[in-house]
Amino acid sequence: MSNSYYDPKDLKKFGDITDFQKELGEKFFEYYTSVFEDGALTQREKALIALAVAHTEQCPYCIDAYTQDTLKRGVTKEEMMEAVHVGAAIKSGAALVHSTMMMNKVKKLDG
Amino acid sequence: MTKLNLKSLKRRKSLLAQAENQLDFLSNGIFKKGELPTFKDKINANGFYPLKPKTLEILQINLGYMCNQVCSHCHVDAGPDRKEIMTKETMQYCLDVIEKSGAHTLDLTGGAPEMNPHFRWFVEEAFNVGIEDIIVRSNLTIIKANKKYADLPEFFKKHRVHVVSSLPHWTKGKTDKQRGEGVFSASIEALKDLNKIGYGMPESDLKLDLVYNPSGAFMPTDQASLEKDFKKALIEDFDIHFHNLLAITNLPISRFLDYLIASDNYEDYMHTLVEAYNPTAAENVMCRNTLSVSWDGWLYDCDFNQMLCMKVDSDRNHIKDFDVEALQKREIKIHQHCYGCTAGAGSSCGGTTT
Repeated sequence: MSNSYYDPKDLKKFGDITDFQKELGEKFFEYYTSVFEDGALTQREKALIALAVAHTEQCPYCIDAYTQDTLKRGVTKEEMMEAVHVGAAIKSGAALVHSTMMMNKVKKLDG
Repeated sequence: MTKLNLKSLKRRKSLLAQAENQLDFLSNGIFKKGELPTFKDKINANGFYPLKPKTLEILQINLGYMCNQVCSHCHVDAGPDRKEIMTKETMQYCLDVIEKSGAHTLDLTGGAPEMNPHFRWFVEEAFNVGIEDIIVRSNLTIIKANKKYADLPEFFKKHRVHVVSSLPHWTKGKTDKQRGEGVFSASIEALKDLNKIGYGMPESDLKLDLVYNPSGAFMPTDQASLEKDFKKALIEDFDIHFHNLLAITNLPISRFLDYLIASDNYEDYMHTLVEAYNPTAAENVMCRNTLSVSWDGWLYDCDFNQMLCMKVDSDRNHIKDFDVEALQKREIKIHQHCYGCTAGAGSSCGGTTT
């Protein structure tokens, strides 16, 4: 076993998840592949969304994969960072909007 | 005006300016240790070794290594300080070969091929001896570099030349980073000039294709998808049109090899290429239907082998001794850089190969 929870080499083993559960793994990859095909959104737009979500999920494998993928698609570093800020804004907004619960409670208990 | 950021490896007296040092590097390390299979072992496993030519279709002629640009990834190590240039005498040998070789396409490259003083004469004579299609790999900025080149679009049009030009990105930042400051703006102006006389316009038979190569240590993505993005951006931002986008993988030689080593990306990049090996791309490699001629008339299986000084494996290895039948019997010379042409969707001077 590695001394670290994350190993960059494991990204290449992603496809091996079918080893322990073939049917569900294959269904997942079929779905995953379809999601990233051109549709109402282009593959480029989908890759940028994936990059932003990779950050909000804080998944090192996904950040590695979608940084490379967006680079290959000609996405500029400014576009990448703006996408990450969109994710970060939603993350912080999601935390802050919950403060309305805190405020409601404060007002009720100590208003 | 474009500003040059770099000097050629040769001018810098870099060890990698010598082909044998590049080949040594590619032979050792991860390949010597057995961490990755050599290209020979890899294609042998698919029954493609020895790699043999198919019918000769394209003669790619390098008119010289002189260029008005010094691009960071140039596999030719071209630049203004490179003085190697094809003479009219060697061009005449090429014309004799064009007449009898059976090749239907002449692919003129450099450096900036237009900087050869005999360029226009050669194009005219090549059509006179019966070549069907002439491709000129124009860097675009040459059209804007000096008044004497300003009428090149008209010259191309007059002779129905197929123009193929590098434009690694639709933004200034990424293009200038790779090709030099000012290159993007000059390229856009040159593209407008070409569009104005019909090049690259929808339905026009004046062919204008663009070449994309990645700005760093990664492979290109799907060519069709990139073409869509290029067209959308260039039309929206500049009202510029072109026909096809050719996506080319950077091969690990010359300045790109230098960059890979300096940025500590060499091993990962080679792993990426080897893992993306595609047998169909191996079957369709361009060296099987193309011959490359250097500025001094030597024959090579491709432009990359030319830069690595790997002459064709034949005693008829100079343009003045050209013998198409003898050359068809040769074995194509290969080395680890060939992984660049067999990775993913494949890569050639005409874009993807699968």
